[in-house]
Amino acid sequence: MATTTKEISIGDLGARSSEAEPTLQGETMALNVGPSHPTTHGVLRLKMELDGDIVKSCDPVLGYLHRGDEKIAENMTYNQFVPYTDRLDYLAPLANNVAYAMAVEKLAALEVPDRCQAIRVLCCELARVSSHLLGIGVYGMDAGAWTVFMYTFTEREKLYTLFEELTGARFTTSYTRIGGVARDIPDGWLGRVLEFCKGVLPVLDQVDKLLTRNRIFMDRTVGVGVISKEDAISYGLTGPNLRACGVDLDLRKDKPYLGYDQFDFEVPVGTTGDCYDRYMMRAEEVRQSVSIIRQCIDQFPEGSYYAEEAKKIFAPQKAKVLTSMEELIQNFMIVTEGPQIPAGEVYFEAENPKGALGFFIVSKGGGVPYRLKIRGPSFCSLSILEKLIPGHYMTDITVILGSLDFVMGECDR
Amino acid sequence: MAKSEFAQLKERFEYLTERESADHLAVNCPADQLLELCTALRDELGYDLLLDVTAVDWDAQSPRFTGIYHLLSTTKHAYLRIAVDCADDIQPSLPSLCGLYAAANWHERETYDLMGIHYEGHPDLRRILMWDEYPYHPLRKDFPLAGIETPFPAEDVAEATHARVLPAPMAGGPFVSSGDGPMSQTEPRARDESWSEQKEKPV
Repeated sequence: MATTTKEISIGDLGARSSEAEPTLQGETMALNVGPSHPTTHGVLRLKMELDGDIVKSCDPVLGYLHRGDEKIAENMTYNQFVPYTDRLDYLAPLANNVAYAMAVEKLAALEVPDRCQAIRVLCCELARVSSHLLGIGVYGMDAGAWTVFMYTFTEREKLYTLFEELTGARFTTSYTRIGGVARDIPDGWLGRVLEFCKGVLPVLDQVDKLLTRNRIFMDRTVGVGVISKEDAISYGLTGPNLRACGVDLDLRKDKPYLGYDQFDFEVPVGTTGDCYDRYMMRAEEVRQSVSIIRQCIDQFPEGSYYAEEAKKIFAPQKAKVLTSMEELIQNFMIVTEGPQIPAGEVYFEAENPKGALGFFIVSKGGGVPYRLKIRGPSFCSLSILEKLIPGHYMTDITVILGSLDFVMGECDR
Repeated sequence: MAKSEFAQLKERFEYLTERESADHLAVNCPADQLLELCTALRDELGYDLLLDVTAVDWDAQSPRFTGIYHLLSTTKHAYLRIAVDCADDIQPSLPSLCGLYAAANWHERETYDLMGIHYEGHPDLRRILMWDEYPYHPLRKDFPLAGIETPFPAEDVAEATHARVLPAPMAGGPFVSSGDGPMSQTEPRARDESWSEQKEKPV
């Protein structure tokens, strides 16, 4: 039977699919999913070639959300870039802020006090809970389970109220500074976090009942989108996506930062690396995060929320700026010239909800980074699509995309 | 700690030199030895996860481009940074690691797109973030922050809609201080009247 490729939608898929093998009907169909489509979770376009219901090849196209973050970073001071880190993984801005601040602090050889570290641990873990709650909810929705989304979104809304109390913003928080955090925790906030922790566990149980043994959910996820251990490592997956494949790598355990080694928590590790395992990873990680939050609040240290010795890096407190000349000058210098960071190269990675978020900074000294490279975990999660998707049914694509839990903001440079 | 690690590496690969780093071990490697080094690192020394491929543009210096690789060992939990200088400043190129790490594929495409470094042996070196016909490499230091006006990618669309690609309103815009000149003029607030309700935005 003669092989032809029929172009149905707009796009230039033809170039890559010209060597199509003879198929059942003798012809394949080009299909674009995205760039704007509910299941692509952002502006991602998948150029696919279908043989009936089965995907033969897939070419993911990024770049629709290209904002030039790195270029911007190289033209502004270290402090000015903090709000831009919010926009990377905009579902966990608090964790991004911390990762960025810690990369710069490592370059400046700056130690932050215990209380600041504890606040940052809370930030990271609450961000993880928030991100995974949305991840699970939207994943359920991709598989056709609407109710889960309602449950998890309600909980996430409560978290946003907590974020608002802490940072003043619900969504883009910009909370950390180089050398500390923007302000101390408000009165009674820790109590309200504990209350949230108490409330979120029954909701997780509810989600568990709705999804984990659900026949339809299992049929759609078990054995779908299987990533082997070797592939996961080779493609540079990190975070829950990597652990679902059976690789025990969690930077909080293996490269402890922020005093994570003091906390007692488990790292869930999957076996098959299919969509179901990736869901299980996230569900379990939320529980572990809740446990970390409780331990952290149990032994919440007193002290300062910023490094007081960091005179040339952390801006002085507002009250002092308004009353003391020296502090005013210092504040002026930090605002206009940026925090003074010594020359050098540094790479720091933090275990973010989506995987390992890395910042590579080259400094020539002064207040502006010479080169700042962001290693977004979602970028790597997406690069495996090319290999992962072919051979699956078209309907499985939504579940596979949902299970990888990516955010397009991180695929941007 | 890091010293002895480097000594071990140096014993095996005598062409390596240590690179200054504020964190973990970093080495300089000649471009023609990169593949050999990475093969040994992956297969024998356990650095199996390629985290990141990027490059630094040193602008006026020569060599102008340095390729940077970050490796992580999933068993030893150790990081390693490899820096490779590109010999040619005008048409920089490096060997591709795609045969060793699948992750290199997209990272190299990204570096090619934004920095203009050609990866030899890459199976599919296309642009990944900018459109295919885009003539510049935006992360190079000589590319201005405000961008360079380029024709709209789809000619027929541009003709029908009169759409064109405008530079992003960053430098010279209302939110960025330029730093050259007296404070009163370079401060963002002072220049906020560059466009307002009364005065139209300059095109």
